[in-house]
Amino acid sequence: MVFTRAGVWRGARGALPLYLGMLPFGLVVGVISAGKGLSLAETLLMSAIVYAGAAQLLALELWAEPVPILAVVFAALVVNIRLAPMGAALGFWLDRLCGWRLWGTLATLVDHSFAMSIAEQRGGGRDAGYLLGMGVSLWLAWQAATLAGHVLNGMVRLPPGHALFFGGTAAFVGLLVPIWRGARQDLLPWALAGLAALAAQGLGLPQPLPLLAGALSGAALAAWNETRGRAGTAPSPGTTPGLNPGPQTDAARRPGP
Amino acid sequence: MIREDVLLAILGMALVTYLCRAGGYAVLRVVRPPPFAEAMLRHLPGPIFIAYVTLALSRTGLAGLAGAAAVVLVQWRTGHLSASILAGVAAVWLYGLLAGG
Repeated sequence: MVFTRAGVWRGARGALPLYLGMLPFGLVVGVISAGKGLSLAETLLMSAIVYAGAAQLLALELWAEPVPILAVVFAALVVNIRLAPMGAALGFWLDRLCGWRLWGTLATLVDHSFAMSIAEQRGGGRDAGYLLGMGVSLWLAWQAATLAGHVLNGMVRLPPGHALFFGGTAAFVGLLVPIWRGARQDLLPWALAGLAALAAQGLGLPQPLPLLAGALSGAALAAWNETRGRAGTAPSPGTTPGLNPGPQTDAARRPGP
Repeated sequence: MIREDVLLAILGMALVTYLCRAGGYAVLRVVRPPPFAEAMLRHLPGPIFIAYVTLALSRTGLAGLAGAAAVVLVQWRTGHLSASILAGVAAVWLYGLLAGG
């Protein structure tokens, strides 16, 4: 594991395609911020230090005069709780970092940088700078998009179902392709994740419960598959707590069929 | 101009968001997770994004499915994320054009 300037640059450049998915979303957040009466400085401050689109959108839904502070803070907590296991799952790189490199990198963590870093790591990437570069690059794009949305408020009006909004979903669909490790490992857990999320949504559970239900049930099935495969083999006491989702590690941990 | 109540709300949101970002990892750095939880974390990325995408597609209907199929096809064949995002948006746009017209 290393942390190099080259890795940071690689991550920053790797984020460029994702701007396409982020731009419409950021525009919408900027437009709604302006509509809710936030000044440009307030909008930029929120984008800069909260830097979480879905949380900002939900908080703005609840926005009123005066601001219901507890409600919007709680909304941010509920929406962003999904980031906690993401940080934990990036242990394979983060375990080797300390100081600002560790805590600063974590400050930039978003869904996209998480997914891209998992794909990078599964492809053999060993440079933790990639995660920071990607996070900072996406942060800049986020500032620009919400700024543009606030400034252009009233000038751009995209109807709710506009095809551009699909860019956000498309980014994650595309990111799933390099994360896929083959049917034997991923087919059933991924299917369960989708079905559980839909079922929880069908039961009328509020976000983020459907998302968490899908993510946790799929991950639990995959973990069960894996631990069942190595049942009876005692875990070696010397293993480090580093979490390595790489295919090699999975194969190494799994005794032959 | 930044009002006091707005500032407090934004600072509160930023604080809990950072706790979410760093907290999961911080806990893990101190507490060794049981093997099953560790395995779950390793397998989390696929399921979390599948759940996210499934929920999003459940709201976009057939147009979204057409877009998702285009994204997967282009990403799989070319490996270019920007190309696949554009293909997805184009497919949704085309679907709307054809279904609407």
